[in-house]
Amino acid sequence: MKIEHSVLVGTLESSDVQITLSNGDGGVEVTLQSDVAAEYGDQITAVVRDVLAEYGIADAAVQVVDKGALDCTIRARMIAAVQRAIDAPHDPKWEVIAHD
Amino acid sequence: MTEQQTGAPERLRRTMMFVPGNNPGMIKDAGIYGADSIMFDLEDSVSLPQKDAARMLVFEALQNVDFGSAELVCRINDLHSEFGRADVFAVVRAGIDVIRLPKTETAQDIIDVEQVIVEAEEYFGIPLGSTRMMAAIESARGVLNAPEIARSSTRLIGIALGAEDYVTDMKTHRYPDGQELFFARSMILHAARAAGIAAFDTVYSDVENEEGFRHEVELIHELGFDGKSCINPRQIPIVNEIYRPSAKEITHAEQVLAAIEEARAKGSGVISLHGKMVDKPVVARAERTMRLAAAANATI
Repeated sequence: MKIEHSVLVGTLESSDVQITLSNGDGGVEVTLQSDVAAEYGDQITAVVRDVLAEYGIADAAVQVVDKGALDCTIRARMIAAVQRAIDAPHDPKWEVIAHD
Repeated sequence: MTEQQTGAPERLRRTMMFVPGNNPGMIKDAGIYGADSIMFDLEDSVSLPQKDAARMLVFEALQNVDFGSAELVCRINDLHSEFGRADVFAVVRAGIDVIRLPKTETAQDIIDVEQVIVEAEEYFGIPLGSTRMMAAIESARGVLNAPEIARSSTRLIGIALGAEDYVTDMKTHRYPDGQELFFARSMILHAARAAGIAAFDTVYSDVENEEGFRHEVELIHELGFDGKSCINPRQIPIVNEIYRPSAKEITHAEQVLAAIEEARAKGSGVISLHGKMVDKPVVARAERTMRLAAAANATI
């Protein structure tokens, strides 16, 4: 799947995460800003990369500003970002996200 | 089949706490306040551009956050909006207990949503009937149709009054004594009781006015509502306190239940306590008192 345009999802409130998703330069690049980057940076980045991989997106630039979000919040914001970026905000790809 | 019809123990629903669906901080903590039911809102508390983000947040939270033993409810958007159908699919797949319909006006509104729930359960391979429903009634038309709404689906666990839209429809507003809601409350209660389902009262928006809230909860408790919608965790202990049976009520309930046991042991068909006949409604009240007492950790 291909990113059609840049999107921004989430807020800078506590326990949330703000994600900016755009087209990349031929790969996936994730930049992270978080107070807990030292402890959880790899884990946060892995959640972001997992969602992109599930959607088959190999070309993306993701800016993540984390405010102490749970993994499931990061995943939810990423899914919403991808669905917006592929112009299908209200047509979730259940075959991608509803697996066990 | 309703809980009453199936003979399953009636679940206590004293408090239903509203949680905005696009607020991760509030969702994360929703399970710690002891609400009997938690209602994640995808409707009025979420702005139009954030409907998709809220839906995914609730979808993920339902599958990953521990909400204790609370019953989990989600208020979806109107099925006729571009959001409603995806809302149903998301929360059915995430294993929601109850889908709440806003602004229900006719039995057909329930039937239409039930059809989409069936589609979602079939699509995801979830046993048919797993997802229960409740309806919020928020207009004059809805109140007048409450009896048929309450009987419209075996999935319905209850109906609720949504007063803010209702008073606007009635060309009035909220008053401290609640007279403006008397007919709607009575109608919804009767419709719920006749159908054997729960009745929930509306929210009390003035969070700072504890005395006003307390007065309103006392009123709806007296009328017979199962519980109250809460918009702030601070309201939960007040509702629980008012629904907590008194020591006298608990003692009486225990005596009623002991009298039944004694009569059963003797093989006696007629049960009496202090010279008064103990019949079915007395037993039902005693059982409910004991459930409320257990939930409130109340002892004599």
